[in-house]
Amino acid sequence: MSTTFEAVAEIISDTSDIPLEEITPEKNAFTDLGIDSLDFLDIAFAIDKNFGIKIPLEKWTEELNENKADVDEYFILSKLCGRIDELIAAKDA
Amino acid sequence: MLLEYFQMIDAVEQLDPDEGKIVARAEVPMESTVFEGHFPGSPLVPGVLLIETMAQASGFMLLSRLKFEKMPFLANVSSAKMRTFVEPGEILQVEAELEHDGSGYAATRARIFRDGKKICDSKLMFRIMPFPNDTLKNNMLDRFSQISPTSTG
Repeated sequence: MSTTFEAVAEIISDTSDIPLEEITPEKNAFTDLGIDSLDFLDIAFAIDKNFGIKIPLEKWTEELNENKADVDEYFILSKLCGRIDELIAAKDA
Repeated sequence: MLLEYFQMIDAVEQLDPDEGKIVARAEVPMESTVFEGHFPGSPLVPGVLLIETMAQASGFMLLSRLKFEKMPFLANVSSAKMRTFVEPGEILQVEAELEHDGSGYAATRARIFRDGKKICDSKLMFRIMPFPNDTLKNNMLDRFSQISPTSTG
C-alpha cells in the first residue's frame, strides 16, 4: 500500500506530465513544480476521488487571496499530504 | 437554440439539483449565420457548440444546486466525442449529471441524444466562483426562469 505522498506524487505526475523523480516532499506544487491553478483542479479532483475526501480548496484560496496564509502552508507537498491525512482521519473518525 | 447568442438550451425537462441531474431539450434552428460558414452548402452544428450545449446543461444543474449564489465557469473539457453530424432542425435531448462536487469546482458527465441514440458525450469540469456582477447573475436567473417550469429565482 502506497503512502499518501507516493499516491499524490503519482497523481501529480499523471495529471501534469511531470517526471515522478522531480516530485519530492519539499517541493511547492505551484512555485517549484510549475503547476497552475487549472492543473491543480485536476489534481484536487483526483485526490478527492482517490482518498474519498473533499480538499477545502475554496477556503484555502480565499485565505491566500486575503493574505491570511502563505502558499507554502498548503502547497508544499509534505504539508499538503499532512492535510490530506488529517482529512482522511476526520472522515474515518 | 440561438447559436449566435450561445443560448443552447431551450427547455429544462427534468431537474434534480440534490441528485445533480438534469435533462434538457435543445432544438437546432433551421437557419443561423453560423451555418453560412460551417459549412457552405452543408450546414452542421459545430462540435464546439455541442460541447457548449453539454456545458450549459451541466451549468444550469450546478446553478440550481448552488441556488444561484455562485457561477460555474467551464474550465476543463477532459474528453468529448461527437459521434455523428448534427444538422439544422434536429431535436436534441441533453443530459448531465454531477460526477463530483468539489470545493470551488465541480465535475460533470454530459451526453446528447437524438431519437434516443447517444450522439455526443463529454467529461467537463467547472470552476465555481462568485458572480462577477449582478448583471450576469440576473441574466442567469432570467434565462433559467424562461427555460424551466420550476425556477428557483
